[in-house]
Amino acid sequence: MTTFTYADAIRQAISEEMDANSDVFMIGEDIGESGGVFGVSKTLWEKHGHHQMWDTPISETAVVGLAVGAAMMGARPVAEIMFSDFSMLAMDQIVNQAAKLHYMTGGQLSVPLVIRMVTGTGGSTAAQHSQSLEGMFTGVPGLKVLAPSTPEDAKGLLRAAIQDPDPVIFFEHKLLYGGRGGPAGDVVPVDPIRFGVGRIHREGTDVTIVSYLRTLHHALAAAEELAEEGISAEVWDPRTLVPFDRAGLAASIKKTGRLVIAHEAPVRGGFGAEIAAWAASECFGDLTAPVLRIGAQNAPIPYAPILENTVLPTQASIANDVRAFMKRAR
Amino acid sequence: MTATVTKTLDERLELFRQMLLIRRFEEKASRLRAKGLIPGFLHPYIGQEAVAVGICDQLRDGDALTSTHRGHGHMIARGADPKRMYAELYARETGYNRGKGGSLHMMDADRGFLGANGIVGGGIPLATGAALQMLRGRTGGVAVSFFGDGATNEGTFHESLNIASLWKLPILYVCENNLYGEFTRQDKHQSIKDVADRAAAYAMKGVIVDGNDVEAVIAVAAEATARARAGEGPTLIEAKTYRHRGHFEGDMARYRPQEEVDFWMKRDPLDLYEARLTGEFGADADAIQAIRDAVEQQLDAAAEWAGEQPHPDPSESTEDVYVDSYEGAALR
Ligand SMILES: Cc1ncc(C[n+]2csc(CCOP(=O)(O)OP(=O)(O)O)c2C)c(N)n1
Ligand SMILES: [Mg+2]
Repeated sequence: MTTFTYADAIRQAISEEMDANSDVFMIGEDIGESGGVFGVSKTLWEKHGHHQMWDTPISETAVVGLAVGAAMMGARPVAEIMFSDFSMLAMDQIVNQAAKLHYMTGGQLSVPLVIRMVTGTGGSTAAQHSQSLEGMFTGVPGLKVLAPSTPEDAKGLLRAAIQDPDPVIFFEHKLLYGGRGGPAGDVVPVDPIRFGVGRIHREGTDVTIVSYLRTLHHALAAAEELAEEGISAEVWDPRTLVPFDRAGLAASIKKTGRLVIAHEAPVRGGFGAEIAAWAASECFGDLTAPVLRIGAQNAPIPYAPILENTVLPTQASIANDVRAFMKRAR
Repeated sequence: MTATVTKTLDERLELFRQMLLIRRFEEKASRLRAKGLIPGFLHPYIGQEAVAVGICDQLRDGDALTSTHRGHGHMIARGADPKRMYAELYARETGYNRGKGGSLHMMDADRGFLGANGIVGGGIPLATGAALQMLRGRTGGVAVSFFGDGATNEGTFHESLNIASLWKLPILYVCENNLYGEFTRQDKHQSIKDVADRAAAYAMKGVIVDGNDVEAVIAVAAEATARARAGEGPTLIEAKTYRHRGHFEGDMARYRPQEEVDFWMKRDPLDLYEARLTGEFGADADAIQAIRDAVEQQLDAAAEWAGEQPHPDPSESTEDVYVDSYEGAALR
């Protein structure tokens, strides 16, 4: 029995949506016969052919720009940015064009587009292939931003993203592709998942840890560690950053009274800042301690494993930080 | 092969009318802005009318085009309604973009006019993507991307032309070389004289045309659209032209030598065509005068209508950020 991985989930979501709608197509670098750097699009070329698989030159602006233009004409493109770091070359088309076209034209047309980006560290992939840039996109009105942490969520959210009428940034963590934790089976059916609905991965009563993508798995492991010490942590995954499940998080905070946010992006200006600020003003009465943010040090991601481990949050650092936080908070 | 397009006298008078409509639309907009009735930027298209009218003459329903910051001419040539254009410039509810775009973002999606663009070179990949969707759907449509000489130094230009040639996309890249990018003359911003030379780098057909001769533009547009519709791929058309005024309203354009300005003012596309109409094509002066009067009346009425239109309601400020905002959740 094979295991359904995060990469399988993404491939299946695209393939199923391509079967359902011929206006769905993929566009990106090396996505065709070669199947992509991470093998995500393997078999899609054979199955769906040139008409739905547009393998481009190395031209990020054009990859996104063509996808936007086609979407304006009614297509539902899925653009791939091989490493989210490279999205910086396509920022005009994402931020100035895709995000704003519906609004600035008075709603005349929409841009039903998904931009998949491979995010986070791959292990010594260093400063230009490891960043977590989601906070740059959550600050742009007009974009929806998704960050799935499990194979099922990846499949359900990607299907919903392809069906969604707005531009969606879809982050995939490269160390999740191998897929720990997926159910058994080759093809696992998952219905589209409605955005803005968080998910409790582990129930707890003392502290809420908000986390997503790979860091969520560190947080879950840290929570097990802490449980042995008598700290009951609830681990809550927003799954979608925009829109964000405020009610879901508020309910968890009401239960635990304490909030920790952990992500792989640097602490300064990370999406955790937004969550913390919102909670501090809207959940103030339920909070019994100041909010703690855990993230990368405010440094580029270094190459040396020993440095990378220092910069990024790990299971151990999250456990330590929460342990110290709980001491102060008691 | 050079396509020959033969026009009747009526069709020629119509070309003249469209060029005049653009000219007068822009002149009036300039006056309205000077009176403080139009907020924001205006980049007048005056002097370049033959390019928009000549290219759009060869477009059909289902074709699409992208424009630039200097977009009013392209939009009018595509048949947009000056009333709603003025209403947009006035930032009114019934303007094309419901007051949310203004000159730099004006769009008429129903006519395949995929928008002016505030980003130099920003529309080039969009038009290329529109062409991709036409190719995928085998619609027989063509896309047109208008841009300036300055925009050909942007990465979007090079990335798009490379892909369009590779995939034989049905698209016309129309560079209006008016000799300046903002305040910088072409010889100070690129080492080539002819933008059309850049086509060779992409194994694409490149042609140069007199952008002040509407029928010459029509001839190259006819050939390029025929090739595109036949699946023979894109063309880079360089139309040599000149803007009569500054880069935007308020720019006195003192950076241009007087002899250069004089040379081009003598080559005004409307004067040139009017002379041909009344000479070579035998139009009578009354017919031309009737067009002048009609354009004047149309624009007076359009501006008056626009001035009476309601302002957007403040509650609309967060409308249309998303098609589906998840009951407002995506707006929080
Ligand atoms: C990306 C970008 N850079 C700079 C500008 C400022 N800008 C607006 S128009 C313009 C000149 C464009 O020149 P050209 O492409 O030749 O068009 P023209 O104005 O001559 O029609 C510049 C630099 C901009 N709007 N966008
Ligand atoms: Mg120019």
